[in-house]
Amino acid sequence: MKTAVAATTAVGLLAGVCASTIGIASARTSRHTAAVHTVQLTAHYSHWSQSHVSVPAGTVLRFVVRNQDPIDHELIVGDDGVQARHEAGTEPRHPPRPGEISVPAGTTAGTEIVFDRPGRYVFACHIPGHFAYGMHGTIDVT
Amino acid sequence: MRIFRRSAVLLLAAGVAAAVTAAPATACGGLVAPNGAVRLLRTSTLAAYHDGVEHYVTSFTFAGDDSRAPNGESGEFGSIVPLPGVPTSVERGGDWTLQRLAREVTPVAAATAATFKKSSAISDSAAQVLLQTRIDALDLTVLKGGGTAVGNWAREHGFLLTPDAPEVLDFYARRSPIFLAARFDAAAARSRGQRSGDGTPIHLTIPVENPWVPLRILALGRGALEPINADVFLLTDEKPALLGDSAGVDLERSSPAGDGLLRDLRSDKGMAWMPEQMWFSYLRISTPAGRLDHDLAIDTSARRHPSLELAGFSVPSAAPAKTGVTRNTGWAVAAALGAAIAVIGAFIATRSLRPTA
Repeated sequence: MKTAVAATTAVGLLAGVCASTIGIASARTSRHTAAVHTVQLTAHYSHWSQSHVSVPAGTVLRFVVRNQDPIDHELIVGDDGVQARHEAGTEPRHPPRPGEISVPAGTTAGTEIVFDRPGRYVFACHIPGHFAYGMHGTIDVT
Repeated sequence: MRIFRRSAVLLLAAGVAAAVTAAPATACGGLVAPNGAVRLLRTSTLAAYHDGVEHYVTSFTFAGDDSRAPNGESGEFGSIVPLPGVPTSVERGGDWTLQRLAREVTPVAAATAATFKKSSAISDSAAQVLLQTRIDALDLTVLKGGGTAVGNWAREHGFLLTPDAPEVLDFYARRSPIFLAARFDAAAARSRGQRSGDGTPIHLTIPVENPWVPLRILALGRGALEPINADVFLLTDEKPALLGDSAGVDLERSSPAGDGLLRDLRSDKGMAWMPEQMWFSYLRISTPAGRLDHDLAIDTSARRHPSLELAGFSVPSAAPAKTGVTRNTGWAVAAALGAAIAVIGAFIATRSLRPTA
């Protein structure tokens, strides 16, 4: 029994270390096991490598963002309200939060988020001038 | 006895006053230090090539804005200028040359010219610092590297890059990996007794070959619909053939340079090398930023065949086309990046040896 508890604890600790090491923030609104859809996103010349994602509701949407530019970017995933808040916001760096991540120049980072409600959402960079320059895309949750 | 005449390209640039609003203010080349408290008023640039040497004289003029300096911090602005080659010297220039050029044509505007040697593969490794010096309150660094390397250096040294900077830096690095980073210290300038509007001329001596004028850099950090207004002044030994002088980049004057102009320029510090006769060309730039996606190539040789590559036409662009959206108000851009151009001014010179009997 003690061995099982110790083993479970060890696995849990290991999982936590791994998650923090690769900087992935995850938010699950559903307790049920969900499918994971990984989006490999590259930032190059201040534009995303893809402009649209489509996933079923309840899917764990995992973004792995690679910044190829010599300038910093960020990824903000959410509805129009989230986007507006970040466009007007002044937080210089985003710690790993579900759907929010700063991606310094030349680095790779990731974030996860789950949309349980169907609809259209947005992923974008809100560093001043970047959204207006075209650094945004859409997510259709069906 | 064979006498060789060397044609030279003399490129004149005069800065255009740059409007500055809230921080961050843009400086020449579109890069600006984080404090953004220093306003750029005007830069001027002269480029000339003679006897195998390219002379580049430019001036940085600033206006310090004490009311915006947070907590009394000194403001700084910076700019990155693409150069056609590695300068053999960087020194303080004469004060008269740029003023004289500014008076030759009204309104005074900026023009930059650069000769670029074809560079081999662009390196993504760290930028190499080739030369560092301080002239008055201006810190100058000559860098060698690809667009990413130079962008990284600029970011690491406090320069604030606009979202289009990565692509524009790559655009120029493909033709020449040499850049000049200029950082102006307003506090140092004030301690020297410099006042708003005072200029600091610098003189670069650069071995170059084929001439071209960087124009696209004028659009750095600008919305696609924002107007670009600047002037390009060229002085060449012969009447030049141009590529890139399309709608919005108009040749307004093309004639032999006046004796008075050449005499006046020759009389200034470091300008005694100037030849007796030159051809004067004046181009006016008035076009939306989104259309200024190329440069001006020049050929003064008998071939009269300016390079497509040096005009930026054959360099592939990997980025999507700019949209028509306006920029975030937080990125108020100087209306006259001609100043930037001045900073960006690199001079190109053609070296053509013609035997004469």
